[in-house]
Formats: sequence, C-alpha cells, structure tokens
Amino acid sequence: MQELLRVAMPKGRINQSAIRVLQDAGYPIPDDLESTRKLIITVPEAGMEFILVKPVDVATYVEYGVVDLGIAGKDVLMEENRDVYELLDLKIAKCRMSVIGLPGREPAINPKVATKYPVVASQYFRERGQQVDIIKLNGSIELAPLIGLADWIVDMVETGQTLRENGLVELEQIFGITSRLIANRVSYRMKNEAIQQVCDRLQAVVARSE
Amino acid sequence: MSKPKVFEKPTGVKDYLPEAVSLLRGIEFRVLDCMSRWGYRQIITPTIEFYDTVGVASSTKERKLFKLLDQNGRTLVLRSDMTAPIARVVASLLKEEPYPLRLCYHSNVFRAFEQEGGRESEFFQTGLELVGDGSPEADAEVIALAVASLQAAGVKTFKLALGHVGFLNGLFRENLPGREDEQQLLKEFLLKRDHVGYKQGLRSLELDDKVRAGLEGILRLRGGEEICRQAHAATSDTVAQEALAHLCEVWEVLKAYGVSEHVLIDLTMIGDFSYYTGMTFEGYSADLGFPVVSGGRYDNLLAQFERPAPATGFSLKTNRILEIVSKEAERAGRRTMIVYTGSRRAEAFAKAAELRAEAGRSVETKRLADGEPAVPERTPDGMYLYDGRLYGEWLSFD
Repeated sequence: MQELLRVAMPKGRINQSAIRVLQDAGYPIPDDLESTRKLIITVPEAGMEFILVKPVDVATYVEYGVVDLGIAGKDVLMEENRDVYELLDLKIAKCRMSVIGLPGREPAINPKVATKYPVVASQYFRERGQQVDIIKLNGSIELAPLIGLADWIVDMVETGQTLRENGLVELEQIFGITSRLIANRVSYRMKNEAIQQVCDRLQAVVARSE
Repeated sequence: MSKPKVFEKPTGVKDYLPEAVSLLRGIEFRVLDCMSRWGYRQIITPTIEFYDTVGVASSTKERKLFKLLDQNGRTLVLRSDMTAPIARVVASLLKEEPYPLRLCYHSNVFRAFEQEGGRESEFFQTGLELVGDGSPEADAEVIALAVASLQAAGVKTFKLALGHVGFLNGLFRENLPGREDEQQLLKEFLLKRDHVGYKQGLRSLELDDKVRAGLEGILRLRGGEEICRQAHAATSDTVAQEALAHLCEVWEVLKAYGVSEHVLIDLTMIGDFSYYTGMTFEGYSADLGFPVVSGGRYDNLLAQFERPAPATGFSLKTNRILEIVSKEAERAGRRTMIVYTGSRRAEAFAKAAELRAEAGRSVETKRLADGEPAVPERTPDGMYLYDGRLYGEWLSFD
C-alpha cells in the first residue's frame, strides 16, 4: 500500500474552499472535516491524512516536516517566512493586504500602524522609506484607527464590508492574497511522485475554473 | 536586559549530555573512519578567523556571522563553516602539496540569529573537501562518499537530489539574453522555493508562449537519468549543455559506484549562485523534515586565497542525524561496577584494569565504607541496580 500523504488544512475562513478544491480534483474528502472532533483524520480513499490547524500555523507544520503538504494563505507565507516549497496558487480565498485608514486624514509625522502582520507591514513601509511605529494586535484591528490607537492599519481585505461599516477606506493595496499549496523540502523529494500528482490534479482544477 | 539566571544559556546553543555525546561521537567516529578509508585526512582549524579573509569568503550571509573584535580592533568571526578555513589552509600551509588534496573534518560551526526551524547558533558538521580536481569523477566521488557517510552514520532511508547551477544559468541566458535583472529575479524565486512566484514572474515578462512554457517546464525536471536527456531538448545554450553533459557523466560514474539508486536529478535544485559553480546536491532522510547533508562544487573560492583551483565537497548536518539514528540504549550490559574494601584495593584495581582492556567495556570502582552493605538490586532483565544506576556486571572485593 502506498504511504499516505499528510496534509495540514487551515481551519476557519479558508477551510471550505480548500476542501472543495481537493474534492474538485477528485479526492473524496468529507465536507465536515472541520466539525469532527478528531484531530487527525485519515481518508484512505484519497491517500491522505489530514490535520486541522490554525491558518497561521500551517506553514510551521510543513516546515518541520510533520506533514508533507499544506494549504496556506499568501498572507501567512509572507509574514512567517517559512522555508517551504510554494508549489501552486489555488486561486481560492482571494483577498488582498492593504493599508487602511480614516478618509481625509493628514498623515501624522510619525504614523502609528496597527496590524496582525508586523513583518509585512514594517517591510512595506521600510521599502518606501517611510518611518512608522508598528503596533502588533491580535484581533479587532479596525478598532485601532477609530479609537485613536493607530493612524493606519495593515490588514487583509476581502469584500471591504467591515471597513465601510466602520467608515474606513482602503488607502493602498500591498499585495493580492490567495491560498497556496505548500510542501516540505524533504517530502518534496522523498515523495516526489505522489506530491507531483496532487499538484497536477489541483492545477487542472485551477485551470478549469479560470 | 535583566541578568540571566544561573542556568541560562545564550540563544541557540546546547549542552550535550553523556547519552547524546556517546551517540554523536559514534557518528563522528564512523563517518571519519569511512572518509579516511577513501584517503581523506582530517584537519582542525581555529574557531576564530578574520572577518576580512575567511568571513568574507564564506557562503554565510554577513548578518549571520558571529563577530567579535580582537585587541587591535580587527573584526573576527566565529567560523560559520569549514570550507573557507580549509581553502585558506590549502592555499597557505599546504600550498606545496600537489593536487588533488583530500581533507575531512568534524567541527562545531556558528551562525547568528538562527533560532527556529531546527536551526541552532552552534552545531556540528562532519564533511570533506576534494580540492584540485574539476572532473565529473571528482564530483561523483564526493557524492558516493556522501552516500557511504550517511550509511556509516546509521541513516537508513535517504535520497540525494543532484542539480547543476550551470543549467539554469545557461537556460536563462539563452532565453532572456541581456536581461540580467530579470534572470536574477527568477533565480531568487527558485532559491526561495517559490514556484508560484516563479510562474507569475515568467508571465509578467511577456515572453513568447513557447519560451514561457519551456521555462515553466523546468519545474518538472526531477527524476532519474532520463531527466538529463529531457533537459537536453530544452536548451541549446553551450553553458547549459556543458552542465548537462557533466551531470550525465557524474551519473555514469555513480552507476559504476553502485549508488545511483540513492540519487535523484533535480535541475530546479539550486544552492547559492554566488558561491556554487557546478553541481550541487542535498540529501534527505524520510525521518526528518530538514536536509541531512548538502554540498557542491565551488571553483571560485580558492582564488580568493590566491591559489585558484577547482574544489568540491559536502558537509553532514551531524546534529540533525543525531536525532534520527536509532537511539540504541546505552549499552548498560558493558557497564561494570567493582566495589572493594581497603584491604582488597589492589585486587579490585587489577580486575578493573583487566576488564578495561576489553573493547567497549566501561568499569567504575567504588570503595566501600567499613561495614557498608554492598548488595545491588537485581532487575527483571538480569541487570544490577546499584546507587541508582544500571550495570551489566557487578563485582565485589570485600
């Protein structure tokens, strides 16, 4: 019997679209992966074994090689900078990383920027020669400019609904985000054929949907 | 910064306790023994070197070097690998020795700011350099010896991926003539293992469809011998063709060594372009998420020490291998305790000396206080438990 590929799937927002893309590629994966209480879910028909983890942790599991493959957002890959193969753009969970603020404000001399992505944010402003103070927050980022904690925020924008509801505007887009298929450095070589096959089947799905 | 607690250590460094050391020494001994059987002689170089010589020549990025100042204010580095120091020695103390030179080492090396992802600030490398031979035979010798070294270390299932920097250099030069920045950009993507970025980069260059498909296709150039032939069809550039011819030749030699089953060809596998000049390889074990060996050809390094010569080599990541070699229980069976009273001391020591002459045996002695009972506990598997430690044998001279 062929060895199972171990795959880290993100919980939450990306979960359903990640499952769908695998199903579309012909892997018989149950819809309710996330709602089972099991931590490790084996799907022998698909030749895979899944673990469900927080999206920000997917690349970590892959880098250490406890799983062979993972599905992770580009936002996490940019922020975490893990040493993994980024094999395929799955073109799912599309959104963008943007600088957001209140409309019509004069920028402060030393603007404060609140974000869940301090690495991405500081690199962006550094490369533009702008000097800012980065404030790391873990949630409710939109609150920061409203309450005066920060002048701007750097965050992921999907539809912009939350921003509009809070009177915020997107000032600049930093980069587009989609989910990617990533692979461990060793698995990529030791399980070359199995991984290439998954990659090809997923690529066909992506190409069809374009 | 607050004062460290007494048991604290700087970030990224480790103590190795006796069990780990015995494993580590075992690996070190077996690997160096294996290398010496191929004619490689061991060398030791200083832990500190000048930044301006070895520091600059090494493939380690400047910000990852540990730096310090000597009494005269000159910048020193803790060695970050053994290749640059060996190049210095080859070009100076060994400059009268004829090529090829075969040298090996086991050494601790230092890298700053590496904390996560299995990376440490101080770690062990066991490796070798073959200096003064630019032939495919030399490259294959080094790869075959990497296979032998992994086997000697006790790594069970492993694969080596073999690539060549000349192939990509030639291919990009041919398809993107004169567009140096764009070539560099594409190589950066491959170096970062970002295939998505590489493909997007290609699309943004507005290339002819056929050229683009060709350059995208190289991501599939992984496999066995057939890859060399497939790649031949992808390019007519002379540098790339030469690289492929060299790889094919290396493969032929590896077949003769009988180790080609351990080797994959992967033309997207690239090391640092500014350092490696020819074939590069990396080795992986199924039991570990990180490479266990890496190496390649670096024909420009020796010139920096004013004795230009082709050179090739590899280093095993010995501490990573430590994690995966079977943790044979410390052989308590060979551990012996001899207890004695003052009056029979000489007899006990004579027995200890006799037993110590046996290979692999360790003997401890203990003087019993007057009237101290000396009865060890027997464990179910026939061992002796004495003073909280296990012994395979327990003798008493009282």
